[in-house]
Amino acid sequence: MSVHESSRVLRIVAGVTLREAARRRILWVALGAAVLLLAIFAVALRLQVLEFEGRPMSPFVRYQVESGMLMIGLYTCDLLAVVMTILTSIDTLAGEIGSGTILAIATKPITRAQILIGKFLGFSAMVIVYVALTFGGTIAVAHAVTGVLPEHALRGFLLIAFECLVALTVTFYLGTRFSTITAGVFALGLQGVAFMGGWLEQVSGFSQSQHIVTLGVITSLIMPSESVWRRAAFEMQTPLAGSLSFSPFANVSIPSGAALVYAALFATALFLAAIYRFRKRDL
Amino acid sequence: MSAPNGGFAIDARGLSKTFGPRTAVRDLSLTVKRGEIFGFLGPNGAGKSTSIKMLLGLVHPTGGQGSVLGAPLGAPSVRRDIGFLPEDFRFYDWLTATELLVLHGRLAGLTDAKARARAPEVLELVAMSPHAHRRLRGFSKGMLQRLGLAQALIHEPALIFLDEPTSGLDPMGRRMVRDVIRLQRDRGATVFLNSHLLSEIEITCDRVAFIKDGEIVASRDMADASAAGARHVSVRARNASAAMLGRIAPPATNPSLSGDEIRFDVPFEDAIADVVRALVEAGAQVVRVSPERTSLEDEFMRLVGEDHAL
Ligand SMILES: Nc1ncnc2c1ncn2[C@@H]1O[C@H](COP(=O)(O)OP(=O)(O)OP(=O)(O)O)[C@@H](O)[C@H]1O
Ligand SMILES: [Mg+2]
Repeated sequence: MSVHESSRVLRIVAGVTLREAARRRILWVALGAAVLLLAIFAVALRLQVLEFEGRPMSPFVRYQVESGMLMIGLYTCDLLAVVMTILTSIDTLAGEIGSGTILAIATKPITRAQILIGKFLGFSAMVIVYVALTFGGTIAVAHAVTGVLPEHALRGFLLIAFECLVALTVTFYLGTRFSTITAGVFALGLQGVAFMGGWLEQVSGFSQSQHIVTLGVITSLIMPSESVWRRAAFEMQTPLAGSLSFSPFANVSIPSGAALVYAALFATALFLAAIYRFRKRDL
Repeated sequence: MSAPNGGFAIDARGLSKTFGPRTAVRDLSLTVKRGEIFGFLGPNGAGKSTSIKMLLGLVHPTGGQGSVLGAPLGAPSVRRDIGFLPEDFRFYDWLTATELLVLHGRLAGLTDAKARARAPEVLELVAMSPHAHRRLRGFSKGMLQRLGLAQALIHEPALIFLDEPTSGLDPMGRRMVRDVIRLQRDRGATVFLNSHLLSEIEITCDRVAFIKDGEIVASRDMADASAAGARHVSVRARNASAAMLGRIAPPATNPSLSGDEIRFDVPFEDAIADVVRALVEAGAQVVRVSPERTSLEDEFMRLVGEDHAL
């Protein structure tokens, strides 16, 4: 198949997938939740600002608290994006295989790998737009109310989008093997493990227990998405905010470049495995 | 059409499929010539759908091999020339009928313009034109089935697989399917038709294979004169008389009278109506028309066994 033909087919599949994804109610609920959170976030920030105005305070502490709150907003935004990614995409393979919708597609002159890649591109586009909106919204609100801005916002955005794409490869792989419900529970469970791992590594910064560090590293290897977030948080926080140390944003045990490379390799390997499984399986 | 396998549209050799301990299809060998209408007949669970899915590359055989239009099973490029109506056609229900057809046309390799031009044509073919701009969400099972058929034909494929094309269709719909199949034959296309409806197979197919418990147990050439095309019909009329037999003209043959039953043979089902009309015009007060069991049906029942009575 020529490159031109191949890209034509991918565009068709990605386009219809994007339209299908945009019709998922979960996407709109997640967007609604993000708007609600932004509103609460704005009110909280405003209250904090008012409170600060009422008493003498060093601008340094004030700045720290405000940028800390910005990180809380971004973290919520990140969690919501990952969960939304998992819930909207979990059904695309398992559901279409289960219902037989896939039959009329898989018998067209298009390879199974192209079906998977096209679908992945469609969901990637949706996820990136979602993250851009909620992430941009959070920063805009924080800036409007308090005047703080994150460091390296673009890096942060790219890392959060990357984290969601890692989660997307997980749902695609699970979708080639399990039914929708099983795959969904599995994917959320893995995300929970990653979440746990992130906190373990934080705690390890204090407890100095080598075992906890090891456990945290192992969980990050099983599901590296959370370590991508922690890297994003590190990139975005203001140089001094790192001293707010016991939080998901503290710069104890910052995931290294190697952790990001690992996450990329993890996602690639999982996606290739998904293609392999999807090609092998009966429809 | 210069395929190395002697121009067969389908050539299966010993295809088998087991799901765990269960054998769905055992040693399936068959050839279908180009331009042939091939009927695959068998009771529920016999392995018809699994066989079609293996030929289409949807299900991977656990044994044997085959080729379709000269290409190995599952080769993507050859699918440009293949159309498929799945057993239970489903698709994104937010699409309109036209959008669905354009999408499938494009996936099948048509340009956007060509797909847009073909969509109304195939909608017309399956008598769905009035619903062209309705969404699938509100469609009945039969309407979806019609769209599934339209989708299988939009790119004018050389080989068409139809898995139970008349399931869920009303009598008009069943007739439409027959007409569509004839049209495909006239166009030179090959049709592989799965069914457990004997009348459907009988009327449309050139050749039939019976499958039971995953194995082909008999096959038969319908063009063969003695074959099941001929039907015996008996018409009961209150005032039946020998004089009425004179009104029975070809293609109907062998008129006879016993009591109030007028009997005759027809080569195909559609000829029955003309005979009945002629009888009514001759004054017959017709109370019942009953086509008798055909030999194909007898054979099916014998092969399949009474426990599978359909
Ligand atoms: N994915 C599967 N997993 C396990 N068993 C299967 C699977 N698909 C089919 N079978 C089994 O294979 C056998 C043949 O099924 P198939 O669907 O091919 O029958 P069929 O002839 O099309 O029946 P019907 O007339 O009801 O459509 C059945 O016993 C069925 O239970
Ligand atoms: Mg079937």
